[in-house]
Order: sequence, then structure tokens, then C-alpha cells
Amino acid sequence: MIRVQREDFDAGAELERLTAGNHRIGGVGSFIGLVRDMGGSDRVSALTLEHYPGMTERKLAEIEAEARRRWPLDAALIIHRYGRLEPGDRIVLVATASPHREAALAACHFLIDWLKTEAPFWKSEETPAGERWVESRAEDDAAREGWTPTLNV
Amino acid sequence: MRLLYFAWLRTRVGCAEEEIPLPPQVDNVAGLLDWLGRRSDRHADALRNLGLVRVAVNQDYVGPAHPVREGDEVALFPPVTGG
Repeated sequence: MIRVQREDFDAGAELERLTAGNHRIGGVGSFIGLVRDMGGSDRVSALTLEHYPGMTERKLAEIEAEARRRWPLDAALIIHRYGRLEPGDRIVLVATASPHREAALAACHFLIDWLKTEAPFWKSEETPAGERWVESRAEDDAAREGWTPTLNV
Repeated sequence: MRLLYFAWLRTRVGCAEEEIPLPPQVDNVAGLLDWLGRRSDRHADALRNLGLVRVAVNQDYVGPAHPVREGDEVALFPPVTGG
């Protein structure tokens, strides 16, 4: 399931809902991304996430479908926020559920790595030197390339 | 066709969206970027380094040889930084 929203989310309640009523599930993997107070060597007082409505949901759904092809998942959830956020605020939740931990953990890791390089979101940081767009990181591309074979999404 | 700009491409071009007729002699992404780079000083500045520009046609990532047609939604943006 995919949700793109401005509002915060309650991770505990989301995980509860993800597994409710399905007793085949033996493990849940989850990742929460938070706003950091540093960008490089500069203090970040806030960041604004912009996205491409329509394409964002489409890419996230493709990524989720790919994870489901690769691992036996009983449930998967991606929530990604947009708008202005402050240090400590939650940005993203990825959660996966499966009968066993290996699939849940691997799929969760895969989803966040792919989301970072495929989903059309952009961050702009507010720093003492002014507002600036965050640049993409080579490490993120490398992390995605680690999941072979490459998928053309 | 509908052109969409995101992140610093939006701020440099100075608008989020513009509607243009398919320019004459343009039939693919590379041709469209070349044409757009000559549209105004702001476009030229935004498209100065095409290595930093990603393109989606009808909400799918595409390369420079991908065809563009009347009615397409073409989005230009920098490498993504979500998550």
C-alpha cells in the first residue's frame, strides 16, 4: 500500500494495522526516515519536500510490486510525506510483513534503497546561509545498484 | 504538450508548468531539450548542464532518444533526493 501525504503518521498504529488479522505473518521489517539537523557541515532548521503528484504514486506502486515479486510478502506499506518538515520529524515509513524475518528485512531494505533513487521527491534545506536544494548522493545510487538485476522503472 | 519543472529546474526556469505546441522538427527528448535551451535566458541557464537533468515522459523515466508527441506530459527535474 502506498500513501503520499502532508500529515505525520503514527508508526505504531500503522504496523498494528499492517498485520491485523493475518496470523501467517511471523515478522515485520520497518524503516523510518527522519529529518536530520545537519546537512554537510551546515545546520538545517527545516526542509521542504516537493514531489511530482501522479508519478510519485506510480513509481512507489511499481517499487512495491517489484518487492512483492522478489519476496513472499503478506503486506507492504510505504508512507512518504511532503511539505515543510523540521529536524526530528518523520519523512518516510517503509514496512514489510512476511512469514519469516529474512524476506521482511530484505524487502524493507530494498524498498528504501529503491525509493531513494526512483521516487520523484526533492528536498530543499533551510540553513543559516539560506535555502538550497539537496544534491543526490552517489552512495544512494550504489546502494540501489547493489540490488541486482537492475529493473527499468 | 505540457511541460513540468520541479525543484531547482522550476526555480531557474521561473515557472512550474507551461503549455506549448510541439515545436517543429522536434521528435525526441534530445531535440526538445535543445529547443527549450534556446527558448529564453532562464531556460538556457536551467538547462546548461544536461547531465543534471532527468526527463519523464507521461510519468516514466526516459532517455534522450525517447520520442515526444503532441499531447505528451514532459517533466524535467534534477536527480531525486527523497527518502
